[in-house]
Amino acid sequence: MEELRAAYETTQFIVVKLNDEQYGIDIKYIDNIIRMQQIYRVPKVQQYIKGVINLRGEVIPVISIRAKMGFEQVAETKATRIIIVKIDGSDTVGLIVDEVKEVVTLEASQVEKVSYDAKEEKPNYVPAVGKDKGELISLLDLHTLFAEKENS
Amino acid sequence: MDVSQYLDIFLDESKEHLQTLSDQLMILEQEPENMDTINEIFRAAHSLKGMAGTMGYKRMQALTHEMENVFSEVRNNTIKVQGNMVDILFQCLDTLEEYVDNIQNTTEEGDNDNEHLVKSLKGILNGGQEESGDKASSSSAPVEEGDKEKWNTIKIGSAEETVIRAAKDQGKNVLGITVYVQESCILKAARAFLVFKALEELGEIIVSVPSAQDIEDEKFEYDFSMLFVTDSSIDKVAAAVKNVSEIKDAFVAPFEYDSAKKEEAVQTGVQETDKKPVKEKSGKVAVAAPKQQEAKKPAVSKPIVNRTVRVDIEKLDVLMNLVSELIIAKNSLVAASNTEGTRNAASEHIEYLESVTTNLHESVMKVRMVPIESVVVKFPKMIRDLSKKLDKKMQLFMSGEETELDRTVVDEIGDPLMHLLRNSADHGLESSEVRLERGKPEVGSIYLDAYQDGNNVVIEVRDDGNGIDVEAVKEKALSRGTITPEQAESMSDKDIIDLLFKPSFSTAKQVSDISGRGVGLDVVKSKIESLSGEVEVKTQLGEGSTFIIRLPLTLAIIQALMVEVGHEKYAISLGTIQTIEDIAPEEIKFVQAKEVINLRGAVIPLIRLNEVLDIESSKSPEESLIVVIVKKGDKLAGLVVDELMGQQEIVIKSLSKYINKCKIISGATILGDGEIALILDTNALI
Repeated sequence: MEELRAAYETTQFIVVKLNDEQYGIDIKYIDNIIRMQQIYRVPKVQQYIKGVINLRGEVIPVISIRAKMGFEQVAETKATRIIIVKIDGSDTVGLIVDEVKEVVTLEASQVEKVSYDAKEEKPNYVPAVGKDKGELISLLDLHTLFAEKENS
Repeated sequence: MDVSQYLDIFLDESKEHLQTLSDQLMILEQEPENMDTINEIFRAAHSLKGMAGTMGYKRMQALTHEMENVFSEVRNNTIKVQGNMVDILFQCLDTLEEYVDNIQNTTEEGDNDNEHLVKSLKGILNGGQEESGDKASSSSAPVEEGDKEKWNTIKIGSAEETVIRAAKDQGKNVLGITVYVQESCILKAARAFLVFKALEELGEIIVSVPSAQDIEDEKFEYDFSMLFVTDSSIDKVAAAVKNVSEIKDAFVAPFEYDSAKKEEAVQTGVQETDKKPVKEKSGKVAVAAPKQQEAKKPAVSKPIVNRTVRVDIEKLDVLMNLVSELIIAKNSLVAASNTEGTRNAASEHIEYLESVTTNLHESVMKVRMVPIESVVVKFPKMIRDLSKKLDKKMQLFMSGEETELDRTVVDEIGDPLMHLLRNSADHGLESSEVRLERGKPEVGSIYLDAYQDGNNVVIEVRDDGNGIDVEAVKEKALSRGTITPEQAESMSDKDIIDLLFKPSFSTAKQVSDISGRGVGLDVVKSKIESLSGEVEVKTQLGEGSTFIIRLPLTLAIIQALMVEVGHEKYAISLGTIQTIEDIAPEEIKFVQAKEVINLRGAVIPLIRLNEVLDIESSKSPEESLIVVIVKKGDKLAGLVVDELMGQQEIVIKSLSKYINKCKIISGATILGDGEIALILDTNALI
């Protein structure tokens, strides 16, 4: 009973590092985490799309979250990973992150909504912040991240 | 009974029968005397009636029942096929199609009323046989006079013959009786039993059809017949039978027995043994002309159809994916054997594997191929309808219906073709008066031709109408602001015709409900392009226009030329490649500041792929260029690449929908060594 309640009220996030900040991605979207591998460039596309990779025979686009969120680009390191996420169960996309740190379990009380200024030009990719062991984790909303795929 | 599991089969078969009806009605209109056609229609209507009845679709059943009745009469030469009759039948067909559509969408046939059609059909029936006209329309299921005395068709064996003789000698009456039970009657067997009981008080039943046992088991529809020997009068017998409740009607008449009659009766009896007696509507005529009926029989027999298995398309997709993976695995083996440079037994096996996968691929592709016939068969009827609606005389000629295309393509191609045909009928063909004035045949012609051309299938929609008035299009484009006057100056006729494919562009002066709302050609174009095909138009003012649709044979696996551009690998579909040329830099000429080459008399524009793809070329400018000449329709272009890598069979993987800005890349493929190569869409480049 105790466990059931816990499962209901908590969410697990994978904590990744981007630009020295901590971001959390809901574990339910995550399919796989792979090391950096060769990315094949696709010409004439949005600049945040780094190209495509061959993941076990499937061609999957890879997106740089850094580019998407307007951070500066950095060279890949040993810690760089591609997180394979599945949105809506069908569209598989790879996300390049600087480092994958850990998995945290956050209770509802540890999550705080972030107020969003409507005048802000950039869409709000981080609708909530989680607090864990005195650190802040920005929780990414993948749906907004991919929603405006038309413009870049 | 739960019939829902048969719904799919019902729909498939109904559509087939409706198609037959439609085809045959078209023929009937041309050849009203064609017996084969009439038989075919009768059979289709009959099958539809049976199926609709089983599934409980009452309206459909009622309508097909009337159609069947009419054709039964036509078959017996009682009524002739006339112009207005075919129209009514076409209306029936439309209504039936509507029912089937409704059933497909909602499993209900809908509540569209067919009363007026049933009436019109009855009108036809009555027109054919004046004397029974009143009766036919008053009863819900009209049965003509001769039909009712079904006892005429009772088979008489020698035992019965003796009894009848004896009865006659004794001066008794031998009567034929046919009893009709009300259709609403629930306990038919019980009513029949009462009839038998009442009769047995008056005399003796010699023989009954169906047999007494079958009647007891309720194995009859709404009527049964018998021969009866009695001392009583006809009236008395008839009254006794009609006294039983829920009996609709009884026909009693003296049974005239002679040997000639016997022979005929036997003959019709034999014919009827394999059908349910009640379904045989032509009892009387069968007696009158049994030979004619017999002669018709072979024509009614079912045409031999291909033995087919219906396969879920998803299963085929799975099969296809497996084959794709097999090909990838094969490619990697080939790559591995090449790189190691080892010449051992393995390479032989690999070659074997290669031939197996190629064959497997071809067979799977063939399974997915279906003739476009399934789509185009409905067009003749559509043109006929349009002809009436637009009040223009026109004819559709089709060829190449057997041309095969991938199932997915065939499913999608119907709408665009319909658009083009409507377009030809509405905008293309002139009215009859104008045609006569111009010295053309009064009846306009529309052609639909399909054929295979290399790796493509070409479908042409052609008409001998007015053609496209380039000036009118130009004016329209100017008035709508689609193009500026300066642009108009420099545009070629072809460019202007291409404007027709722009959204919201319709040149019809009048908006009709057939076409001309400005949605049409652009929809056609985008649909065809989504199938990786292309459309082009050729037109000659005053002589007609041709819309040419080009579609790839297959969508999943193609033969491709692998090329390198700036160390990146790209695939170009072999189907589009004309030749590969070596061109020295000094051969490049300039036309309007664009690079062209003069190749055997043809001026071909050059496209430097490294520029298009935003990448540095790995070659120095002094080196000679490798130019891949590709074609799109009539147009040629030379693609400049850095390196040729050879021909390969590649499996097309679509790029994710997140990569949607890239028009020139149509997909990607995985090479034997795991590398990804992008597939260039040469159509978008030219």
